[in-house]
Amino acid sequence: MSGRTVTRADLCEAVYQKVGLSRSESSELVEKVLSEIADCLVAGESVKLSSFGSFVVRSKGERIGRNPKTGEEVPILPRRVMVFKPSNVLKKRINETMMGASENGD
Amino acid sequence: MIKSELVQRIAEQNPHLYQRDVENIVNAILDEITDALRTGNRVELRGFGAFSVKNRPARTGRNPRTGQKVDVEEKFVPFFKTGKEMRERLNDGDGSEDPDDD
Repeated sequence: MSGRTVTRADLCEAVYQKVGLSRSESSELVEKVLSEIADCLVAGESVKLSSFGSFVVRSKGERIGRNPKTGEEVPILPRRVMVFKPSNVLKKRINETMMGASENGD
Repeated sequence: MIKSELVQRIAEQNPHLYQRDVENIVNAILDEITDALRTGNRVELRGFGAFSVKNRPARTGRNPRTGQKVDVEEKFVPFFKTGKEMRERLNDGDGSEDPDDD
């Protein structure tokens, strides 16, 4: 495994290479796409991106947690969390290459 | 919101672009993330979240209906961890109670 971390800069480069917009406009659009997805989720709406996966907002009820260091009980307040549910296509694509790679020594 | 609606919204905000261009932009982003994960790389999008790939070793599972043992092969699954800013935005108003599990 190469263990590289892909960032916004790489997404901008991909958009620049594939779509043919200027670099600055590519980076602007990457930002717009991400913030549109984020805004939607903050508004409580889920986002489904076919053949990639879906982002869903879930509401969690209050529960009692513990400070692992002190053992002290602390209430964890009700909150909203977002989860990513990968599509079968994405899962399959990842397994195809990763399983092949792990056979040659992991 | 589904992908076509995302494309439409971005296209409306950017009248100088064709809808087809916006579609290509969205696909380029998703493909780049997919390609990174396929090769075991991590994708970190500050403020939004991070995608990574986790290994699930082979195990013996059970058919919950029949109780019969089944061998489950090793597999790799995509994983997403919500970014700090996103977590806070989802809970605006009472965002002070943030467990420091980071």
